Amino acid sequence: MVARAAREIAPGMVVNLGIGLPTKVVNHLPSDFPVCLHTENGLAGIGPSLSPELADRNLIDAGGAYVSTVPGSAFFDSATSFAIVRSGRLDLTMLGAFEVSAGGDLANWKIPGKFSPGVGGGIELAQKARRVVVLTTHTDRAGNPKLRQDCSLPLTARGCVSRIYTDMAVIDVSESGFSLVETAEGVSTADVIAATGAPLAVPATPLPTF
Amino acid sequence: MKLPDKQCAIEDAVGEIKDGDTVMIGGFGVPGTPMTLIRALVAHGARGLTLVKNDANEPGMGLDHLLENGQVARLITTHLGLNSHAIALMNAGEIDVEFNAQGILAERIRAGGAGIGAILSDIGIGTELAEGKQIVELGGKAHVVEPALRADVALVHADRADTFGNLAYAATARNFNPLMAMAARCVIAEAEQVLPLGGLAADDVHTPGVFVDHVTELAEISEEYAVVRR
Repeated sequence: MVARAAREIAPGMVVNLGIGLPTKVVNHLPSDFPVCLHTENGLAGIGPSLSPELADRNLIDAGGAYVSTVPGSAFFDSATSFAIVRSGRLDLTMLGAFEVSAGGDLANWKIPGKFSPGVGGGIELAQKARRVVVLTTHTDRAGNPKLRQDCSLPLTARGCVSRIYTDMAVIDVSESGFSLVETAEGVSTADVIAATGAPLAVPATPLPTF
Repeated sequence: MKLPDKQCAIEDAVGEIKDGDTVMIGGFGVPGTPMTLIRALVAHGARGLTLVKNDANEPGMGLDHLLENGQVARLITTHLGLNSHAIALMNAGEIDVEFNAQGILAERIRAGGAGIGAILSDIGIGTELAEGKQIVELGGKAHVVEPALRADVALVHADRADTFGNLAYAATARNFNPLMAMAARCVIAEAEQVLPLGGLAADDVHTPGVFVDHVTELAEISEEYAVVRR
């Protein structure tokens, strides 16, 4: 699924990859792929991650990983970093999710009573990136669908998600709700419908697999 | 004419901090966190502080020393995910925590430093983050009023400085430092290197010295900056 999601990135884009699964997407891009990766803590043009032996103590990404620069990288302060996000310069962001609704609402920052470490930069990425895609397991650890008619958890942003990549399928969020685009190898349409907590439109034509 | 020398012993600089003050602390994770100034503030002992910092570092590091020492009443921040101790204090009601969207915290500080009363933004509209905040309509669209933030004191970490307090930051250690260095009544900078006047070229200055009250050269670099293996 991570390899499939990497095809989302088109040449020339400015992209922010959220912490967790999305960060791994970069491993599936050719080293000479023309893209500018942005991180909230003040770098455009992220290079490969570095081992502790090679790391620069002053050079991390927003997830705290030691990274490098590439020729043409720029550093900037936190206000400039989010000016990039809010002003529409960010073509794409890939985020994790606790829940996504059929209307494209995203909940990924708070589970009341259990998990509330703060929203960080996620709300501005979700609300302002030109395209927001989600990478997540299709269900939570208890097997409950993460794709639902409505989110039960506090929202990060409303109506922001365009597409969802899961371990089972690629699903678009359209005006009429979820629609199936592709399935993972060995997963049937019926499996995806059963694991999705809202109606799922399935095209009449055969679907590609990934 | 010669620009004034603002070098100062670190103990004297933090000696101005009083109980109940609001203190901004630079840094995003470890880079840019003024580790030595934080230790000096722990030794100084001012209590009932309101701290403004992107995050609370990790248990036993940086800002956490002030939490451990019971000096913090309130924390204005964006994310505490790497500090379970801070989350436990918040959940126990021992510190009051105000979460801001990261870029909004940056803009509130920038507004404070620029002499502006508040900013308007649509970030968080329709979510609980906008609840209880003043909403105004502008151009037919709802905006949240986000008041500017200023502090009594700002503690910042620079890579290089000169004796006038001109500052330059390294890589992603820049983050909130230049914004906070504009937004406090008293700005204290620690620098890995303090150069003579002219040692930092005018074109290379990130924070003009006019914003900085005290600058101090670090005798040694805190071990808390060491690269960690995860």
